[in-house]
Amino acid sequence: MNGAEFVPLSLVPLLTGICVAVACALPGNFLVLRRQALIGDAISHVVLPGIVVAFLIGGTVSTLPMLLGAAGAAVIAVGAIEAVRRLGRIETGAAMGVVFTTMFAGGVLLLEQSDTSSVHLDVEHALYGNLESLIWLDATGWSSLLDPQALASLPVELPRMAATLLLVAAFIALFWRPLKISTFDEGFARTIGLRTSPLGLALVIMAAIAAVAAFDAVGSIIVIAMFICPPAAARLMTNRLEHQVAWSVGFATLAAVMGYVLAGYGPLWIGMQDSVSAAGMIATVSGVILAVTALVGPHRLRGSAAPVG
Amino acid sequence: MIRDALLLQLGYNATLVTLGATLLGMAAGVGGTFLFLRKRALVSDAISHATLPGVALAFMVMVTLGGTGRNLVGLLTGAALSAAVGLLLVSWLGTRTRLAEDAAIGSVLSVFFGFGIVLLTVIQTMSAGQQAGLEGFLLGSTAGMLRSDAMVIAVSAALTLALVMLMRRPLTLASFDPEYAVSIGQDVRRTDLAMMGLVLAVTVVGLKIVGLILIVALLIIPPVTARFWTERTDHVVMISGAVGGLSAYVGAALSAAIPAVPTGPIIVLVGFALFALSLLVAPGRGVVSALARHRTHQRRVHLRQGLLAMAQGQPIYENMTLRLLHRQGWARPDGVPTELGRGRAARALRDESRWRVIRSDPAFEAATAQDDGLTDIETVLTADQLAEVDARIPSAEVVA
Repeated sequence: MNGAEFVPLSLVPLLTGICVAVACALPGNFLVLRRQALIGDAISHVVLPGIVVAFLIGGTVSTLPMLLGAAGAAVIAVGAIEAVRRLGRIETGAAMGVVFTTMFAGGVLLLEQSDTSSVHLDVEHALYGNLESLIWLDATGWSSLLDPQALASLPVELPRMAATLLLVAAFIALFWRPLKISTFDEGFARTIGLRTSPLGLALVIMAAIAAVAAFDAVGSIIVIAMFICPPAAARLMTNRLEHQVAWSVGFATLAAVMGYVLAGYGPLWIGMQDSVSAAGMIATVSGVILAVTALVGPHRLRGSAAPVG
Repeated sequence: MIRDALLLQLGYNATLVTLGATLLGMAAGVGGTFLFLRKRALVSDAISHATLPGVALAFMVMVTLGGTGRNLVGLLTGAALSAAVGLLLVSWLGTRTRLAEDAAIGSVLSVFFGFGIVLLTVIQTMSAGQQAGLEGFLLGSTAGMLRSDAMVIAVSAALTLALVMLMRRPLTLASFDPEYAVSIGQDVRRTDLAMMGLVLAVTVVGLKIVGLILIVALLIIPPVTARFWTERTDHVVMISGAVGGLSAYVGAALSAAIPAVPTGPIIVLVGFALFALSLLVAPGRGVVSALARHRTHQRRVHLRQGLLAMAQGQPIYENMTLRLLHRQGWARPDGVPTELGRGRAARALRDESRWRVIRSDPAFEAATAQDDGLTDIETVLTADQLAEVDARIPSAEVVA
């Protein structure tokens, strides 16, 4: 394959996929360690009603109102889960189950009842997105990367996802020590004066931002997979948080690249004509990575001793 | 139209589906209770998402063998097999590796679903077979269902419900008091396995009605709703079954009456309406009753503190206390005690003195445990005991 074909068709989806994977995997490390892994699941379900409401109010499929709607829905969901948990004295898992299924059901009903036939907005799109459609029309080859005119028509998802990735990475880098301490020993974190609950909330908000930004480009299923699978696989590789984060970034990138390539070209290799869903394939590859680490990862067992030094 | 649907007047198929949904809802409510009591509600989310690859593979196999791929029994068998694999993986990841159960649930859920999506896109490119309708498994669709399919759903829902009812006793025991269950020789691990098997059955039967994304709601919302109304496990089970059956019945009937609306979301929203109602008005655990309890307590504290202040001749500035005292007729609006109020204040002060005496006497330890600063000591001690206590109050403290 040469640049004239690769750059317009595959470069943007590939880079977007990598950005999504890494932006979700970074906060996912802390969510998995804090046993909040399913928050990503809940957030990605409630994004749908947010987007639908934003569309019904705004009347167009434009990016900013939809992002705002999705973010608003995520905030409402987090608040509602907390309210149901406290008011009803119900454990978190069940409270999450009540809230996110209801909001998702409401979103589906709104979507089916309103006239969205003129625009590209449906449940399937929300679930598994359309990474393959991010085509860079004006690109003619590698040289287009330096051509301002061609760059102007770059699909907006890529710069947006890159910005999200930077934001999430900056948050994690900035609050690295407090996050690390409060994740492993919340009591100790409090005694040294860290404010753990705002920090926990900030982490969830960061995860929500990553989920909402990623959602538009790739759908919700890949978001859940990337929140959990790369960090979980990385957890089985090492006992040190620094190394775990590094492994998870590596695994996420690997899943994005391999998933995209397998989805686009894999079927051709085995003699089929059409490609398959890239988002689904990326999730599948991340699952394969997790399966491999669960079988042979050096720290796969509970209580495996920390290396000395 | 809606009335006809609720009264089952929309034709044989719709009636069959609605009845099937009701039975399934009851089975889900009862089965979900044990899941909820064992605090494993979200495992069902992994099970339901894990059905998708099975449905797709079953379709592909049936088409390869020359069929249309629309045989519901075949599709559901595939769903059950892959859901079982997903369930085994969740428990394997949770017990054999150091990953917590939530990470195991999330990874199985997303990976199986992602793989299912891949298979669905493969199916979209297949020329043979009638692939329309597979999407109905995502959100449930009962519109235009074949009579044989409706039959399959009604019968299997009835079987599932019968199974749940048969296994109710050991399940109740294991989820309410696992240690006791072990001590009387019950194999709790096998009971857990049976519980998961039931959840799997509910999920698979519910695929066509509720859809795999939302079936988890049918397992979670009814028990959570039922928990508001009672503290007894066997009652939770029954109320939960009723809530599940009612949500599914109303939801399925509405969706038969309103075209182009997927069944699953309506059932979930009906269930949520019941949940929200219970959250608000249930006696004891409901929000309204909790607020009322809080107000009563607040009133008692303010009145008591107001009386003590009056007895000691201290001025009262707090508005709520003033208002309450005035409404009782114990004080004028400016806080000056009335004749009646002076009497009550003296009594409150004597009560405090008596409490102080018995607090320092170990012989009254049991009575002291009821001292919350509000309870009248006369309701705790006998007249003889009170006389004994009064004799020990230092005379300087005696008012009146």
